[in-house]
Amino acid sequence: MKFQKSFFSKSLVFSSINLFLLLLANFSFAQGTAPTSVNAPTIDGSTADNNMWLGIGYNVLLFLLLCFVIAVIGRILKVYDLTLKMQNKKGMDWNTVMAVSFGVFLLLGLYGAYWEYTVHGSMILPDAASKHGVRIDEMFNITLIITTIVFVGTQILLFGFAYIYRGSQLRKAYFLPHNNTIEKLWTIVPAIVLTILVVFGSITWKTIMDVPVAEQRSALNVDVTAHQFAWEVRYPGKDKKLGLKNSKLYSINNKLGVDFKDHNSYDDLSADEIVVPVNKPVRINLIAQDVIHSFYLPWFRVQINAVPGLPTFFQFVPTVTTDDMRAKMDNPNFEYKLYCNKICGGNHFNMQKVFRVVKEAEYQDWVSKQKPYLSDQLRKELKMAVTAAPADSVTKNKLAFNKL
Amino acid sequence: MATALTVNNPELVHVHNDHGHGDHHHKETFLTKYIFSQDHKMIAKQFLITGIIMAVIAMILSVLFRIQLAYPNTAFPFLQTLLGRFAPEGRLDPNFYLSLVTIHGTIMVFFVLTAGLSGTFSNLLIPLQLGARDMASPFLNMLSYWFFFTACIIMLSSFFVQKGPASGGWTIYPPLSALPKAMPGSEMGMTLWLTSMVLFVASQLMGGINYISTILNMRTKGMDLWKMPLTIWAFFVTAILGVLSFPVLVAGVVLLVFDRSMGTSFYLSDIVLNGSVLPNEGGSPILFEHLFWFLGHPEVYIVIMPAMGLVSEVMAVNARKPIFGYHAMVYSLIGITILSFIVWGHHMFVTGMNPFLGGVFMITTLIIAVPSAVKTFNWLATLWRGNIRFTPAMMFSIGFVSFFISGGLTGIFLGNAALDINLHDTYFVVAHFHLVMGSAAIFGMLAGVYHWFPKMFGRLMDEKLGYLHFWLTFIGAYLVFFPMHFMGLDGVPRRYYAFTEFESMKQWLSVNTFITWAAIMSALAQVAFLYNFVSSIFFGRKASQNPWNANTLEWTTPVERIHGNWPGEIPTVYRWSYDYSKPGHDQDFIPQTVPFSQTLNSNLPHDFEDDPEVEKMQTEWLKKNSPSQEVK
Ligand code: HEM
Ligand SMILES: [Cu+2]
Ligand SMILES: [Cu+2]
Repeated sequence: MKFQKSFFSKSLVFSSINLFLLLLANFSFAQGTAPTSVNAPTIDGSTADNNMWLGIGYNVLLFLLLCFVIAVIGRILKVYDLTLKMQNKKGMDWNTVMAVSFGVFLLLGLYGAYWEYTVHGSMILPDAASKHGVRIDEMFNITLIITTIVFVGTQILLFGFAYIYRGSQLRKAYFLPHNNTIEKLWTIVPAIVLTILVVFGSITWKTIMDVPVAEQRSALNVDVTAHQFAWEVRYPGKDKKLGLKNSKLYSINNKLGVDFKDHNSYDDLSADEIVVPVNKPVRINLIAQDVIHSFYLPWFRVQINAVPGLPTFFQFVPTVTTDDMRAKMDNPNFEYKLYCNKICGGNHFNMQKVFRVVKEAEYQDWVSKQKPYLSDQLRKELKMAVTAAPADSVTKNKLAFNKL
Repeated sequence: MATALTVNNPELVHVHNDHGHGDHHHKETFLTKYIFSQDHKMIAKQFLITGIIMAVIAMILSVLFRIQLAYPNTAFPFLQTLLGRFAPEGRLDPNFYLSLVTIHGTIMVFFVLTAGLSGTFSNLLIPLQLGARDMASPFLNMLSYWFFFTACIIMLSSFFVQKGPASGGWTIYPPLSALPKAMPGSEMGMTLWLTSMVLFVASQLMGGINYISTILNMRTKGMDLWKMPLTIWAFFVTAILGVLSFPVLVAGVVLLVFDRSMGTSFYLSDIVLNGSVLPNEGGSPILFEHLFWFLGHPEVYIVIMPAMGLVSEVMAVNARKPIFGYHAMVYSLIGITILSFIVWGHHMFVTGMNPFLGGVFMITTLIIAVPSAVKTFNWLATLWRGNIRFTPAMMFSIGFVSFFISGGLTGIFLGNAALDINLHDTYFVVAHFHLVMGSAAIFGMLAGVYHWFPKMFGRLMDEKLGYLHFWLTFIGAYLVFFPMHFMGLDGVPRRYYAFTEFESMKQWLSVNTFITWAAIMSALAQVAFLYNFVSSIFFGRKASQNPWNANTLEWTTPVERIHGNWPGEIPTVYRWSYDYSKPGHDQDFIPQTVPFSQTLNSNLPHDFEDDPEVEKMQTEWLKKNSPSQEVK
């Protein structure tokens, strides 16, 4: 009885508040037309301000109305429950209602997951446009199949059990504290499956990240420097070697701090975009000047952080030219874009660069048009008093992994 | 049976036994009862309510940045009214967007799911379920709360400094966080963040040491380690994990403070910021990542393990079945604890670390999925042939398992270093940890609140509102986080202020709008919880002593929640806490305080191996009653 009373007083308070607010709403709407949305794009003076408050008030009222409706429904259910009980029938069986809801949720959820896999699943990246990316995609698909089976199976068991074993006065649960056989089974089976994934994952990972030094030397080296909020690109010149850098040499005309004591620097080129020939290994050498950034090319399954003070690199072989991808995606304006994928400040969301993959001939043509990094201003600044001793840039420019 | 470890604090026992406990003999003022309370139950409530308030704040922050993501091109005048200079012209400032994300993450991970969860339930349940009068050090316990409270205030105060709160992400990687000029949030806001976190860690350490020593030293007679409920096991290993890993965060933070204010170069080297060359040389930002994730990864298990413990208990009680594989559950908790110290590198696969090291971290990471899988299967087996009672707590526990499965499985993608190359820092990661942490751990916490509410406030929460709350939140969370996986698979990076600048991301704008509305719905659903929570404290149905017919000790204490917990002597424990629906017994539960000598017709052979007296009784009883009554 006590319960009823408190419930009654509770909803009384609740509904009177609502009533009051409804009245208030009528009053305020009488003064102007009800705004339909709060997204007024312009703000000018008091009308906008008024509109804003009206909009907010409107939404708050809508919410309170919803609460009111829910409270009323709650009341109705309660009354219905009580009348049932008064007629000496059993009250509402909420336990069964919840069990059935779980059953329904299972069915809807499975359909929802299927819908997601097919609809949103079709919006994901196209097949990898790089050699190693294909292996990553394979790995991904295997993992996806295994996890989807486990996902569907366990969710069915979970909600299925919830539905089937809903409580009843007539039954007692089955006292089953443990069963060593089955516990061993479901320790060992996941362990085996995960071992398989680890083994293949490790092999894939190693082939991607652990490129032999000889192959690194023969790859096209591109130097990318990240800073807030742009990417600077430098290509090697005819010698195919990038000159050394030293951040302390930074100046307005030498933004990358290229070291001109190193002869390899002289013919280096600066570029506005990254252009690489298709089917040739390219080694992106990265460094950041201010904060950590991340060099992310999702279409190629390429990502590596750019860290200040710590050179990193990523070597890969692009296999699909921009033109081919345009045709494939049926989008004549498609460009591969380089994203920054490590939070780096306010403009992190817009730190991009075009990454173009072209045929070899086109690449040669493009390279020949790039300006030398050693601009005239820079020559003046350096007074070109650089008499340099030759240095082997590949050994010195040791853009090695972070060997801990 | 009682070992030296299970002796209670003799002084307390003395006091309480001699005077009886009906009327209060301590003079309690408002200040000592509600504010600087040293009573573990009151401290638990303080942690809970502070945690809930912080959760609401963090949730509102998330709605704000979700609005930005859904309508990147729309001005909302009310944002300017609300946020002033942080939302000029009614549009969020990009830096402030990052502040919102950062503070949302920090509050949720640390203040809600660490302090709010462990602080509430370890404090409430450790003494109550173990049979102790209070914590080992009530004073330290009180300090722990007030350090936490101060940390909360400092964290929130950063919204009121000129340049806004910290905004480098909850992981605050330097140099972004180390260079005040790198972004506005790295000025005063970051200083406050760091100060707040140091106090926070101090609070966690005080709490953790207290939990560990209470569990080790203050168990009642008969409560040996293998009779402890899984909740206590979970709190125990969580506290150990916290005590061993949180100090490393402080170390990392202190070095960061040095770099920020004393010109050291622990994390800085070769930096050119806005055209000026900084003198720092020789430091490594990656060092910070190692230090951060050495805590950061254990931290995620500090978040999930208490939830696992709570859920295990709630499931057993409401399925009216023993938890399946109690020993396996304990060993998997221990396994997770140990392994979680050696997997931190999986957050750093693409930092350029040595590929061999990446391989090692991949192996350890995927190993940790095994104990997680075992736990999941054990929960499923607990439901199997149960007699399930769908209390709101049980609903949330089932929701927990569902989320844990979904989120755990995506961990298998991320733990694979090769796959992580393309998934790192995308929405796939966001989906992963929001399911497993943002949803599962929160659901574990909510299950705990619904289940132990009567123990905290002596009243019951409204069941129907609980159902409403559950369904809206459960469906809402899936609607919010499931689509995010596919955004991640499309290479959409996290922590982007808007998806308008890249052609390829525009296809997700409509999905973002949908997600935002689902998030708003889930956020509003929490009003049902808050209303239920607050009104039930004052007007809820009075609870009986053991409203859920549970076995654990806390339900043998009086509803009135007296100081010292039990009016007379602390009860002795004779059995584990999971004797639900034991065949032969007339009820479907046997509290831990019932000796085997009183349950002769339901005892099983291994129940009393170590007690020859009961064994003799049982054999005699069997002789008398056989063959009509078979005992397996
Ligand atoms: C099944 C076991 C799990 C595995 C294999 C796993 C694996 C991973 C991996 C590899 C990452 C890094 C992803 C990246 O940044 O690229 C990650 C991120 C994360 N995981 Fe898990 N995880 C598991 C379970 C959990 C659990 C139980 C929680 C928390 C309750 C959790 C919370 C997180 C969080 C918070 C992050 C993101 C941190 C950040 O970058 O902000 N994970 N997980
Ligand atoms: Cu960035
Ligand atoms: Cu981790």
